Amino acid sequence: MKLRTLAVAALSSLVLALPATMAEATKVKGEVTNFDFSFQGLTGTYDRNQLQRGLQVYHEACASCHGLQYVAFRTLSDRNGPELPEDQMRAFADMYEVWDEELRDWRPATGPDHFPESQFEGAPDLSLMTKARAGFSGPYGLGINQLMKGIGGPEYVASFLLGYTGEEDFQAGSMFYENVAYGGWVSMAPVLFDDMLVYEDGTPATEEQMALDVAAFLTWTAEPKLVERKHAGFVGVIFLTVFAVLLYLTNKRLWAPIKNAAKKD
Amino acid sequence: MSGIPHDHYEPKSNAEKYVHRRLPIIGLIYDTIMIPTPKNLNWMWIWGIVLVFCLVLQIVTGIVLAMHYTPHVDHAFASVEHIMRNVNGGHMLRYLHQNGAMLFFLAVYLHMFRSMYYGSYKTPREITWIIGMLIYLLMMATAFMGYVLPWGQMSFWGATVITGLFGAIPGIGDTLQMWILGGPAVDNAALNRFFSLHYLLPFVILGLVIVHIWAFHTTGNNNPTGVEVRRGSKEEAEKDTLPFWPYFVIKDLFALAVILALFWALVGFMPNFLGHTDNYIEANPLVTPPEIVPEWYFLPFYAILRAFTSDVWIVIAVNWLTFGIVDATFFGVLAMFGAIFVWALLPWLDTSSVRSGRYRPMFKWWFWLFIINFVVLTWAGAMPAEGIYTTIALIGTTYWFAYFLVIMPLLGVLEKPLPEPETIEQDFKETVKASEPKGPKGPSAEPIPAE
Repeated sequence: MKLRTLAVAALSSLVLALPATMAEATKVKGEVTNFDFSFQGLTGTYDRNQLQRGLQVYHEACASCHGLQYVAFRTLSDRNGPELPEDQMRAFADMYEVWDEELRDWRPATGPDHFPESQFEGAPDLSLMTKARAGFSGPYGLGINQLMKGIGGPEYVASFLLGYTGEEDFQAGSMFYENVAYGGWVSMAPVLFDDMLVYEDGTPATEEQMALDVAAFLTWTAEPKLVERKHAGFVGVIFLTVFAVLLYLTNKRLWAPIKNAAKKD
Repeated sequence: MSGIPHDHYEPKSNAEKYVHRRLPIIGLIYDTIMIPTPKNLNWMWIWGIVLVFCLVLQIVTGIVLAMHYTPHVDHAFASVEHIMRNVNGGHMLRYLHQNGAMLFFLAVYLHMFRSMYYGSYKTPREITWIIGMLIYLLMMATAFMGYVLPWGQMSFWGATVITGLFGAIPGIGDTLQMWILGGPAVDNAALNRFFSLHYLLPFVILGLVIVHIWAFHTTGNNNPTGVEVRRGSKEEAEKDTLPFWPYFVIKDLFALAVILALFWALVGFMPNFLGHTDNYIEANPLVTPPEIVPEWYFLPFYAILRAFTSDVWIVIAVNWLTFGIVDATFFGVLAMFGAIFVWALLPWLDTSSVRSGRYRPMFKWWFWLFIINFVVLTWAGAMPAEGIYTTIALIGTTYWFAYFLVIMPLLGVLEKPLPEPETIEQDFKETVKASEPKGPKGPSAEPIPAE
């Protein structure tokens, strides 16, 4: 009886949570490739070299239009991030200009400054883009898919960058480009081309490599505490499981005399 | 405190006597946690503890979050990102708070369904039920206002849609909406007052929770049989009950630990799974998102709200009868609040004198259909309001009202209930014996006839 009620309770909680996730899945209209990333799954972490490469791609291909306004340059040196050495981070920040309220003038950025905002209205800020475009990993069912294969946001970003068909259209004074990941026409032109940049670590700069690297980097910008969070997840789940087992045994022993007495007569 | 006879606190040492004469607080705590509790409570009676835990979790994480949050349209979104990036442990605090709200609602729904199945709302526990419904209403208001605070796209548009419901009230609607928002649209004034109220209401909930506990400590707990504890003497009562501490505290803590392990896994490994992705885009009054969906725990009522389009005959009829004052939108608003209202009236709509659904053969089916209907409405609320989905939502809504207004009053008359056990003690013994592993104990390979 107890087990049955417990099962019913567990089942109903799952069933209650289900419809919301199904709604997320229905809005997919483009084709998103399910790429593999190092930070997926329960134990996945960021690949430092990939984040550094992604930073380079962002700097050379995205930064001229898109901002990263919630990301501070100093965090590029944080653990579980791109882990740039301090001097490199400062040198990198120096390449960007920020508005200084006190000087009432533009000056080169330093560690505590944030990346600039987007340069014009049409280009969204990319800090949180992989979280804002999450949910493409087909989370039908119980979300196990998402647990193992990742949130789908970086997959979308990479698929988007690789999704141009080459079709162009001139409408109302501006150019539109067909993109299969978006599932329609977008105003952003394709930006990645083979060997358009030279990676400092010698990795061949293919279009797909660059798309994956920048998607990984943007996942870090959206969720810089991912590794810490998963770590806290493990510690908490293990602690609570041990705690639950001990409480189960305590409870069993506590009730044993009561139940034995009930069985006797 | 309860009407069930039991031992009361007696101060022993001089120090205890000194305090007790001046402030009987130890006695109050003692009598509260030693309350005689029916022996036969099953695992559906654990949600109360889970709910108390949720309230404490939300208040504690919320207070710390409020230390770092800025309630201003220009800074709210950035301050949440500041919490996520720069505040020590801020990302865990925020994810715990966000997902904690969902655990809160999951637990409250299961708690309410438990009450509905075992008839816990029936006399003499109507006031416990009503206080509970007030808590639930305040929870909805608090959760809604809390969802606005991160100032994402869904925050803004959710707030616009929900406050728009008040604008749909004929005559006073526009003035009322403007009064609630502090301006013609959702803006800084609204964000500020929502923050203020989001901080205040949890403490009102806390007060009501104490009254809720006080109420059911006065009547005693219900139990799976719905049979009352015998109150003739202390000895008799002790056959039916055990003190809350330690028997039920340990049992509830075990259940809480299991639930928290699952909850922690959700927070640690997929904290955004149940949230809406659009809330990671800062609010923009100029861009309407393709779909505006509330959090999952509001979806059944969202489905009811949207079910009544202007082509439904009852809407047309009411519109005609009220000379056009009640239009489809206002009808939907009335239906949504009405759905919660009839739920609150359940103690007076249910005419059956038998409490527990266990001994009500017909009720059982209608109850489980209500649960399925609840899930279907949740699903319909998440779907776009068009085509087949509004039809499904309309059927679900019809069943919702039929359940409370037709089925509950009629069943009490039509149904022939099964015999209830004489005492809780008897039920407890039978349950314990039934859960015994059937194995090499006896030689009875032959089935024993039941009668």
